[in-house]
Order: sequence, then structure tokens, then C-alpha cells
Amino acid sequence: MTTANTESTGVPGVIEPKIGEELLSVEGLVKHFPIRKGLLQRQTGAVQAVDGLTFNVTRGETLSLVGESGCGKTTTGRLLTRLLEPTSGRIVFEGKDISHLSEGKMRPLRRDVQMIFQDPYGSLNPRHTVGKIVGAPYKLQNVKTEQGTKKAVQELLELVGLSPEHYNRYPHEFSGGQRQRIGIARTLALRPKLIVADEPVSALDVSIQAQVVNLLEDLQSEFDLTYVMIAHDLSVVRHVSDRVAVMYLGKIVELADRVSLYEKPMHPYTVALLSAVPIPDTKRKAKQDRIRLQGDVPSPINPPPACRFHTRCWKAQEICKTIEPPLVELAPGHRSACHFPENATPEQEATAQAAAKEDPATSKQNPAG
Amino acid sequence: MFAYLVRRVIGAVVLLFIVTAVTFSIFFLVPKLGGASADDLASRYVGKSAGQEQIHETAVKLGFTDPLYVQYGRFVKGLFVGQEYNYGPATEHCPAPCFGYSFLTQQPVWPDLVDRLPVTASLAAGAAFIWLVTGVGTGIVSALRRGSVLDRSLMSVALAGVSLPIFFTGLLSLSIFSYGLGWTAQGGTNPMDASNPAWWAYDLILPWVTLAFLYAAAYARLTRAGMLETMNEDFVRTARAKGLTERAVVMKHGLRSALTPILTIFGLDLGLLLGGAILTETTFSLPGLGQYAVIALRANDLPKVLGVTLIAAFFIVLANLIVDLLYAVVDPRVRIS
Amino acid sequence: MTEPQVSAQDTVQRIDRGEAFLDVRDLKVHFPTDDGVVKSVDGISFKLERGRTLGIVGESGSGKSVTSLSIMGLHKPGVARISGEIFLDGQDLISSSREEVRRLRGKRMAMIFQDPLSAMHPFYTVGHQIVEAYRVHNDVSKQVARKHAIEMLDRVGIPQPDKRVDAYPHQFSGGMRQRAMIAMALSCDPDLLIADEPTTALDVTVQAQILDLIRDLQREFNSAVIIITHDLGVVAELADEIQVMYAGRAIEYSSAEDIFDRPQHPYTWGLLGSMPRIDRERSERLIPIKGAPPSLINVPQGCAFNPRCNYAHLNGGASETERPELLDIGGGHLVACHLSPQERTKAWETDIKPKL
Ligand SMILES: Nc1ncnc2c1ncn2[C@@H]1O[C@H](COP(=O)(O)OP(=O)(O)O)[C@@H](O)[C@H]1O
Ligand SMILES: Nc1ncnc2c1ncn2[C@@H]1O[C@H](COP(=O)(O)OP(=O)(O)O)[C@@H](O)[C@H]1O
Ligand code: SF4
Ligand code: SF4
Ligand SMILES: [Mg+2]
Ligand SMILES: [Mg+2]
Repeated sequence: MTTANTESTGVPGVIEPKIGEELLSVEGLVKHFPIRKGLLQRQTGAVQAVDGLTFNVTRGETLSLVGESGCGKTTTGRLLTRLLEPTSGRIVFEGKDISHLSEGKMRPLRRDVQMIFQDPYGSLNPRHTVGKIVGAPYKLQNVKTEQGTKKAVQELLELVGLSPEHYNRYPHEFSGGQRQRIGIARTLALRPKLIVADEPVSALDVSIQAQVVNLLEDLQSEFDLTYVMIAHDLSVVRHVSDRVAVMYLGKIVELADRVSLYEKPMHPYTVALLSAVPIPDTKRKAKQDRIRLQGDVPSPINPPPACRFHTRCWKAQEICKTIEPPLVELAPGHRSACHFPENATPEQEATAQAAAKEDPATSKQNPAG
Repeated sequence: MFAYLVRRVIGAVVLLFIVTAVTFSIFFLVPKLGGASADDLASRYVGKSAGQEQIHETAVKLGFTDPLYVQYGRFVKGLFVGQEYNYGPATEHCPAPCFGYSFLTQQPVWPDLVDRLPVTASLAAGAAFIWLVTGVGTGIVSALRRGSVLDRSLMSVALAGVSLPIFFTGLLSLSIFSYGLGWTAQGGTNPMDASNPAWWAYDLILPWVTLAFLYAAAYARLTRAGMLETMNEDFVRTARAKGLTERAVVMKHGLRSALTPILTIFGLDLGLLLGGAILTETTFSLPGLGQYAVIALRANDLPKVLGVTLIAAFFIVLANLIVDLLYAVVDPRVRIS
Repeated sequence: MTEPQVSAQDTVQRIDRGEAFLDVRDLKVHFPTDDGVVKSVDGISFKLERGRTLGIVGESGSGKSVTSLSIMGLHKPGVARISGEIFLDGQDLISSSREEVRRLRGKRMAMIFQDPLSAMHPFYTVGHQIVEAYRVHNDVSKQVARKHAIEMLDRVGIPQPDKRVDAYPHQFSGGMRQRAMIAMALSCDPDLLIADEPTTALDVTVQAQILDLIRDLQREFNSAVIIITHDLGVVAELADEIQVMYAGRAIEYSSAEDIFDRPQHPYTWGLLGSMPRIDRERSERLIPIKGAPPSLINVPQGCAFNPRCNYAHLNGGASETERPELLDIGGGHLVACHLSPQERTKAWETDIKPKL
């Protein structure tokens, strides 16, 4: 369709990478936003927005980040796309360390890593036509298209379910769902390998949300896309993800494949989140075994020590306030950071507790109190 | 909150220093760039008839030959502790705050400023009172009756107010109310000389109204826009949902938010006016700072111009500071972060 | 509020002037604009008793908020054209004077809104705003009102209410703010509480807390509650009856059980099919409703849903020409659709139910 496409796939001698290979890996990723106060605006603290994430994303999969607002999902997304520079830690994309690449060195990579935003309107320039918006990436990256940019853009518009006639229209003439489609078309222009989608359907009505979810899924299988999906709606997350990372106050507390996360959540926070999802079924109303978390998420400026969830956790013990539970693999592909995991066999409980003792790094980093 | 306060005060002081430095440089650098030498400046004090030698000597003694920053340092020192002026025949002590001597009259500038400030302050305060009451009032009424005949006529008047120049409205009102009907003073008198407040007001009423008309028009438009915006805010809807009377909704919930941005503009306007309402004072021949500045400018009397400019800058910075602090009082989000 | 004494004479009069505690009859709210008349609400009727909860669901722009604002009398005069009747305990709010309706607002009917941050005045303390709400309708001293405000804050689960009463809204978290809004709305013990998307801006865990709170308070105060939301999960948690709205009209109305177990309208089917369900087997694909909601200036002829409906062709053109009335198909289940009972049952049993 475009030369951008043929370039990236048809270069002779380059073996196409296979699905299932590691595309992105993140190690100890940290982002602290400094807080300045007082007369001299000295740094008095930091918003610990993201505080030590380690995970990887394999080619072709959808990994979702979930958690309450303020837990650092958007910040993580912006770090992965290097719209933000990490305070520390490593981001490796296709074997290349991009953690601290300069804007100029990042540019060629921007083709491969794209971001979709929550607010479809806010991310589209109201004074540009749809054609200009969707065609902008070609211009920015100086990509020549076979039959001209216009043709390429029109094909993209069709691909996301808009009409090619929409080329000369302006964003305000479209509904929310259509605007999100425009955003997706722009994202797809350069045939990225990884798309970080920050709450792509949260602002849409259910019926439209389903259309966009389906579109994202179709595009994924058509172009072998890899998604990092940021969302707070656990039902949508279950529908779209292969694996899910649950975040709480800047940390991943549980990381597992979809099925085991939803069927056997191990971290108490995940259990509480799932239990809070309102179910469109009146029969559930009678059930009283729901877990209700008390209060709100504490501030990321002064997160609770050790297990950050202990202020709201109904299972919390003394040890939770003194020793940080490491994110350990309790079942194949299922990691959880809790001293007293839910749905765990006695062996798994033992593993969790042994890991906390063996992990001097975490206990040293987080001294008691 | 305390840090906020201190930071604002320090900021204001720093700003004032920058303003004095910039103004000073402009006033003393510009003539130089225009080809005037230190001697030319000095000749303004000793008179053209003096010999070249004497002029140069004076220039050196007055410090015109020193580098600019030295002159500036001396000037700032003069502001705080006073300054000795040595211009040949005698040495004169200029007590703090010393704004220097007029080129023309050789009199110190400061007493002139002190003399004229009350006139300007009277003009500004009276006009501000009138324009706040009428402007904000008109704005509220217009906003509440949006689209009505009343709204449209008030806004047309306001548009006229914003676009008509002072000397036009001023002269027009003078010719009608003063020369024609004889209701008000004809200008040219010093209201501070009036024997009682009634005469003071009699002298000032026409300039007040003329000046206030201009500002009231602008404030009416601002208030109207602000009210239209806040009356659509969610919290106004909440206030109505509580069952508050429309009056309470408008005055307590709508107006308070709508007026906050106007506070900023009011501070600036008032500060600026205290530096002299040039057009109004000239039109009505009021002996205020504005008129003083115009006369000084025409005569190329730099020390006087510098003096007025600095006074104006001082009031603007001060008004800004007060506005900032008022903001903290009005908006708890500023006070408690 | 104590139940007014009901005499025989009163009863007769009440039937005449609205049977239920809240009785909305053929409410229409139209907004004339430069582009044409926006028919935001175009003839809806429902009844609600004290102690019951009505859920109103529908996509954004379907007229949910406009409906609730007209009950509260909060539309600006001259902007909206309102017709129909709204009886609150026998009194018609639409023909009442503005002053009469104002006296009822906050006292007999109260409302909470979607975004508790923008719904509270940033310059006044939370306590001040509750005191204000209480004192409009109760002639008490500031001290008494303040004590009442603290009690209300305590009642809605705000810790240290005697301290928090002096906090400003921006010092509260989102969930706390919504609790404070609820405290404010309930301060005069209203008989009707309207909650317009009260949890949309909140996280799920906090949403669950707020829904629990509304449910508990309703039991305690025995008020009538209208909960407006686009989230079918939320209404399932709270509502006894549910009204589904589309393009300014009610298209289905029934008990909550019926809506979820035996939905009858193609649009309701569409909503249920679009939602990923956490409580069911994961479906491979969501079944979206095609197209987008219509403009309320040019509502499609016939059934407003017809351009998006998969069953419109089954009605011999009626779907495109004739607007279906909201009719009882038995057991108080109302549906506005031309489909015959047989076709409806067949579609539900074969197309829809297996895929949900
Ligand atoms: N640029 C920034 N400066 C300071 N704090 C920030 C900035 N961006 C985000 N934060 C803070 O970091 C935390 C995480 O934010 P975010 O990543 O947006 O969370 P989420 O997307 O999960 O809601 C929040 O407490 C937020 O206030
Ligand atoms: N003051 C108004 N003027 C014109 N149109 C309005 C006005 N208020 C609401 N509407 C329109 O009425 C329709 C229904 O709005 P609303 O009741 O807010 O929908 P929702 O179901 O999302 O709450 C929308 O299309 C909206 O644009
Ligand atoms: S470590 Fe302790 S506090 Fe943290 S989640 Fe597990 S049980 Fe709860
Ligand atoms: S009336 Fe026709 S178009 Fe409307 S919902 Fe029923 S079948 Fe569909
Ligand atoms: Mg976010
Ligand atoms: Mg709404």
C-alpha cells in the first residue's frame, strides 16, 4: 500500500522476525517527577509516578496495564514511547537500548513505536483536515508513498472504517468514535510495530467502544501489531489482552496471562479490583461476598513503605509494612508481589514468603517504617 | 502560604530593580545613541552659554562620564540614602529619595512628584470607584439578560466607550456640561487646593466620569463575558439545585468566580493610572503626574520623565503584588496547595 | 419528611393529579437552535415511588441529563421548550411557578452530578456549602447547621468529619468529594434523589463504595432514587426498574431482572452485546451496534433506531415510517418496537441470547 510498508517488510536479506519473540523489554523502569517548593523552589520530594517496572512485551501480543487512576499507567506509556525520559532503568526495543536516546536518534524509531491517546478530540488539531492529520506522519518522516500521500491516506481511512471522502473534512465534523478512528489511522500510517494505546476506548459509548475494540483487533491480526493497552475497565481489558499487568502506586503488583489473572487472581489488590466491577446482572446483587476496599489510593509522593497496598489490604500483616514483597513467579507466567497471595497452593505461599526473605535488595531498599 | 507571600514580595522587589535599571538605561542611553555626549547632558544644567571647559568639568563632576552602571548605582543609592550633587559652583545635597534634578528648573524632582501625586491619586481612585460600580454592574445585568434589548443597548454603549478616545469624550463632556450647562468645573484648577471635599469632587467629577466611562465600558464587557462563563459552570448548577434564590446564586456563586480575573486587570489598571492618566489630565488641565510627564517630555527634561516613569512602575508592581496576595485570599487553591 | 396525612378526599385528588410519588407524563424538552429544534426529550413517561430506584440508561446524548434537569426545574427559562407534566407528590412542577419549584429543590428533591470537583464551588469550604444547602430550607443558626453538616459528612463515611468540614473541595479526593456532594444533597432529607452519572468520573473501587453508599442511604431515608448512567453494570447494582433511552425517548421499560434476563428491544440487545462481560465466558468478538446515534435535530422517521437495527426489515416498512409506541407486552414490561412477539422471541433465543 505504501512504500513505508514495503520498506520495512521487503528488504532482501532481512529475515522477518517471528511472533512470540521479545519486542520490548523494560527493566527497573523509574520515573519520578520532582516537586519544588519554598522560596528557592528546591526539590523537596518527588511524585513516584513509576517506580521500578520490569516486564517484556512479545511480538504480536497485547499486554494491558490496568490500575486505578494515578497509578502511573500513562506515565509508563509515555516512557515506552519515549515521550518522557526515564529517571532510571532500561527500555530495550528490538535489542536496542532506547532509554536515553536523544530526540534526533529517536526519530527513526518513532515510526515503529506509536501512541494512541484517550481523548480523540484533544489529540487532533482542529484546524487541520483529516487528510493533513493522517498524512502528517509521512511528511514528518519524509516517507514517499507509491501513489502519493493522498491515495495512501484515503486507503488508511478506509482501513479504519471511514470513507475516503472524509479526506477534506475537519475533526469537529466527526463523532467521538470516528475521531478515534482518525487517530488510529494516523497511528497506522507508518506501519508501526508497537502501538501504545492509552485508554483508547474509555471516552466512547459502549456501542461505539465495541466497534473500536473490534477494529483494533482486526488491525492487529492484519498487520501483526503488538499492543500495550492502557485501560481501567477490567471487562474491556479481559476482552482485548493476552497478558495483563496490574499496577498500584507506580509498581506492578501482578502480571499474568489473561486466563489465570481473571480466574485465579493472586494479588489481593487484583481480587479487590475484580470484585468491584459492576456486573450487568441483577442476580449478582444478592451476593454479599464482595470485597470493598476502604478509602482512596495514597499519594504517590509519600507512598506507604514496603507493600504499598498495605494501608488498604484486608490481609495485611506486620511483615507487609516492613518488607516489600518482590514480584515473584508463583505459577508459569504468573507473577505476583504479595506475602500472602490469594488463590495460592501452600507451595506457592511458601514460595512467596521465601522470595521475600531471599531478596535482600528489596528489604534493604525499603527499610522498616 | 508564607513561602508564597515571601516569594511574591521578593519577586516584586526584584522586578522593581529590573524596571529601574531598564528605565534608567533607556533614558541615559537613548540620548547617547542619538549622538548626545556627556557634555551635552551637562550643558543642560550649566546652560549653553558656559564655556566648553566648564561644561566638561561639570559633566565629570556630575558623573556623566562614568560608565552607565556606575551612574545607575549612584542613582539607586540616591533613591535610598540621598546624593551629593556637585555642579561646579556649589555642592547640593539631594535628600532621599533623590530622583535627581530637573534639567530645566534645576529643582529636585521628588517634591514635584509628591506635589502632583495626590491629584493623580484622587483622579484614579474616584474614577476607579465609578467604573467598578457601573462597569461590573452593567456587566452582570447584561449577562443575566443576555440577548435582550437591554443587553444589546448596554453593550453598544460599552463598545462606544471602549473605542472613543478620551480627548474626544473629554472635550465633548467639557463643552456640554461645563461650558454649555455650567454644571461642572472647567478644568485647570488644582482640586487639592479646594477648601472642602465638595469642591474637590466638583473639580474632579468630569474627569472622573470621562475616565471611568472608558474603563467601565471595558469592565462591563469583561464582567459580562466572565459571568456568562461562570453561570454555565457546574457549581452554579449545584447552587441552583440546592434551592438557593437566584440572587444568592448570582451574587455568591457566580459573581465571586467571575470577578477573580477582573481583580488582576483592576490591579494593573489602577497601578498604571497612579503613574498618571496622561490623556485625561491633559484634557482637563489637571496638575497631576500625567500632565507633568507630558510637559517634561516636551522639554526633554529627562530626570523628570524618569521620575514619573519610576513612580508608575512602582505602583504597577505594588498593585500587582497586592493582587497576587488578594488572589490567595480569594482562592483557597492558591492559599492551600 | 413525614408522610402527609392522607384523607379520603386527598386520595381522590391525588389520583387525578398524579398517582405515584413522582409521575412524569409525556415530558418533552426541545431546544430551538440556529440549526433547528433539538428534540432532546421527546415524550417520556414514568412513575416512581418512595423507596424505589429507577435506572435510566442510554448512550450519551440520549436525553438522560435533560430529563433529570427538567424534573429539578433547572433548565434556563427561554432556552428550553418544556411540555408535559411532572407530578411530585401530586404537585405539577411544570405548571408551578419558578419560586415554588425553587423551594422544592434541595428540600424535597435533590441531585448529585457526574464531576464532583467542578460541581462544588472551589472558593468555599465543603462545610460552608452543606450549611448553605441546609439553611436555605431550614431556619436554623449557623452553629446548628454546622453540626448538621458534620453529622452528614460522618453519615456518608468521611473520616474526621469535624476537621474535614473546614476543608476545601480541592483538598478532597474524587471519592470523598462525591461523598460530600451526597451529604449536601441529603442534608434536607429529600424524598427524591437524582444521581446523574454519579460514579462515571471515579475509579471502580471508589465507584463500588459510592454505589454501596447510595443504596444504604436510600434504605435509611426511604427516598425515591433515579440513577442515570451509561453503564448497565451500575444500574444492575442499584435499580429496581430500568428505562432504556434512545434519541430522547424511552424504548424499553421494565424491572431490572427483565432487562437483563429477558430484554425485548433490539437496541437493548445491542447494548448488551457491545459490552465485554467479565462474568461470562470471554467471547471472541464483541457485537457492536452499527453506525452512530442520530442527530436529535433530524431524528430518523419511524423508529429512531431503524438505520442501526438488524431487524428493521422484518416489519414490512413499519420501522421506517411509523414510530412504535411504548407498549406493555405483559407484566409491566414496556417495549417500543414493531417486531411481533414471535419474531422477537425467535431473535432473542437464537441470535442474541447465545452470544451474550
Ligand atoms: N508531568 C508530571 N508532573 C508531575 N506529576 C505527574 C506528571 N505526570 C503525571 N504525574 C503524576 O504521576 C502519577 C501517575 O500519573 P499517570 O501516569 O497519569 O497515572 P494514570 O495514567 O495511571 O492515571 C499521578 O500522581 C500524576 O499526578
Ligand atoms: N441547552 C441546550 N441547547 C441545545 N441542545 C441541548 C441543550 N442541552 C442539551 N442539549 C442536547 O440534548 C441532547 C441530550 O443531552 P443530554 O440529556 O445531556 O444527554 P445524556 O443522555 O448524555 O445525558 C444532546 O444532544 C445535547 O446536545
Ligand atoms: S503483601 Fe500484605 S499488604 Fe501487600 S497485598 Fe499482600 S497481604 Fe496485602
Ligand atoms: S421498530 Fe423496527 S427498527 Fe425499531 S427496533 Fe423494532 S425492529 Fe428495529
Ligand atoms: Mg492515564
Ligand atoms: Mg448526561
